[in-house]
Amino acid sequence: MSKIEQAKQNKKSKKRNRFIFRTSILIVLFGALLFAVVSNLTAEEDAVVEVGDQAPDFQLEQIATDDSSTIQLSDLRGKGVMLNFWGTWCKPCEKEMPYMEQLYPEYKEKGVEILAVNLDSTKLPVQNFVDQYNLTFPILYDEHTEVLDTYGIKPIPTTYFIDENGIVVERVLGGLTVEKLQGYLDQIVPEGS
Amino acid sequence: MNTLKCTTCGHVNNEGTTICEKCGKPLDNDQNGKLLNMRYDGTAIRSKTRNRSIVDKIWNFFSSVKVGVTLIAITLVASALGTIYPQQMYIPQNVDPAVHYEDQYGITGQIYYQLGFHNLYGSWWYLILVALIGISIFIVSIDRGVPLFKALKNQAIKRHLHFLKRQKYFVENTDVSEQDRTAFIQNLKKHRYKITEKNGHLLAEKGRFSRWGPYVNHLGLIIFLIGTLFRFVPFMYVDDFVWVREGETAVIPGTNQQYYIKNEEFIFETYGESDEDDIFQAALDRTNGPIPKHFETRATLYENVSTDVVGSEPELKEVKSGEIIVNEPMKINGLGLYQDSYQMNEFQTMTFKLHRADDEEEEAIVEFTVDLTDPQREYTFDNGYTIELNKYYPEYELNNGQPRSVSNYPRNPGFVFFVKGPDIEEQEASFLAIGQNIPSGDNQYKLGLADFTVRDVSGLNVKKDLTLPILGVGAFIFMIGVIQGMYWQHRRIWIHPDDNSLYVACHTNKNWFGFTREFEKMINETNLKMIEDQETKEKE
Repeated sequence: MSKIEQAKQNKKSKKRNRFIFRTSILIVLFGALLFAVVSNLTAEEDAVVEVGDQAPDFQLEQIATDDSSTIQLSDLRGKGVMLNFWGTWCKPCEKEMPYMEQLYPEYKEKGVEILAVNLDSTKLPVQNFVDQYNLTFPILYDEHTEVLDTYGIKPIPTTYFIDENGIVVERVLGGLTVEKLQGYLDQIVPEGS
Repeated sequence: MNTLKCTTCGHVNNEGTTICEKCGKPLDNDQNGKLLNMRYDGTAIRSKTRNRSIVDKIWNFFSSVKVGVTLIAITLVASALGTIYPQQMYIPQNVDPAVHYEDQYGITGQIYYQLGFHNLYGSWWYLILVALIGISIFIVSIDRGVPLFKALKNQAIKRHLHFLKRQKYFVENTDVSEQDRTAFIQNLKKHRYKITEKNGHLLAEKGRFSRWGPYVNHLGLIIFLIGTLFRFVPFMYVDDFVWVREGETAVIPGTNQQYYIKNEEFIFETYGESDEDDIFQAALDRTNGPIPKHFETRATLYENVSTDVVGSEPELKEVKSGEIIVNEPMKINGLGLYQDSYQMNEFQTMTFKLHRADDEEEEAIVEFTVDLTDPQREYTFDNGYTIELNKYYPEYELNNGQPRSVSNYPRNPGFVFFVKGPDIEEQEASFLAIGQNIPSGDNQYKLGLADFTVRDVSGLNVKKDLTLPILGVGAFIFMIGVIQGMYWQHRRIWIHPDDNSLYVACHTNKNWFGFTREFEKMINETNLKMIEDQETKEKE
């Protein structure tokens, strides 16, 4: 009798051990699979700052509109920030700049700042460009393309819309129409203003 | 229920066992029928046991060889389909792939793009397929490897006669003299068989380790797959590119602004410059344009030791300097900078001179140099003249009659100059570009290009791959496994004495012919009979 009991007991523990063994191996293997898939989907945009990310802080000198100061992104916490990467030679950039200028005063009132990070290799064309379109928002000069590298910018224009907590709400690759621009700017107007 | 009791020795075997673990009696009740299937030595495969829970069901799915082969077949077909149209990396850089595939190849191109074939190795479903193959390999190795290992480690020496009779190679010798028996055993030993004995029953075995070949090979594959997984870890793998101009310092992409590279000088040599190239003269005469012979970048690598926020002036500390030549990269912490491409002769400075428009001698009144890397707005001179650089287009093109720049770099610069002087009322404007000099009206003064300097741009490939050693180890172990399984065979000979007969049965996992040749040598100079192939006898 006890022998049979013993055998049953043995079988039971064997079964349980097998279950634990198989479960743990499967968990490890599927964990690796999940890691591979998830990191693959994010690897493409490895260095790229995406929607939902905290916008990396940076500090750049202003040129053209105000030659005297530097601007640090984190100093604008509490405001919405439209961060636009552009160059004077880029047609779609040139097309959207007047829209930005048109909407700038209105949204500055509402607590949204526009920063245009320029990627030209020299400053003179930027000055000419700013004079031509009478731009008044800050133009930041990314001389060593460090901010470009940090944000992983490939095509220009690329525009980030950052809320008052420094979180990226939207990322737009390519040019913007005035309606779209207005829609995105509305999204980053700080609460309570 | 799920045990099998051997009718001869009473040993209790697990369900699924085909040959009694203890006495080797076949358990399929087919006493003298077909040859035994010797796969896994007749032990129960773990997954073939009863399965109730979901875990068991998943386990059994992956431990099926059929499933593994199917997964591999699907992956092969997918890989083949991926070669129908070019992968994304080979289509033009400036097109949107979503549009391009449909444009070029119609509806099939669109389907190709939609299913992710345009970036096959990066598509999630392909990755999952490969990962499932990995899981399958892992589980199948455990599921089959462990029982096989145990079965061979604890194999019975004394086997039931039915077991011997149902082997492929079998022979019955009658009246074997003791002399022949010892000679045979001696020969076995000479051929490096390990001999174990139990009550006159003998087992001679060699090359068992070759049975582990597939498992070693699988282990290597798994390590290899893990290595490929690490490619997705940013600090393990970088593949990027940077253009750097002579005299300029650029941030190296993929290093989080930690490293910078300065192009001190780009050196470019062509064939035909030195006397030793005279032998190529005939060939060179047939070509139009120079043939590059050697190019390199003299570079200095800096580390940014500043901890300030991104974009503030970096604090650069020199790490190393030297040449970057094709196949001779500059390396830092596993990161390699490889000479990839170049752009020659980009304008760096341009020198202009001002002279009276009616002066045939074109005697310079003033001369000034515009630095195209940092052009100044005004050039003033002691003699009262001032030149204003009003507009500057690095790569100028006419666009609806308006000049504009199509790029960021001075490949074809265009200028609008305002000349002011003591005898000029307002100012005189003129537009200058390569091969163009357009005055705005009836100008008294004329500007002309006097001189220029150029510089080269070097394209460097930034590569880092710490996964290579893992891939190497995996591939090496894989090869060991292959060799182990390919060049050795697992051979076993059972010798079963009975009354006045001596039964001999043999089994090998491959190369049966080679085995018969060996057996012939071993019964040489004895009266033992040659083993018979029962499989061919069966067919007859």
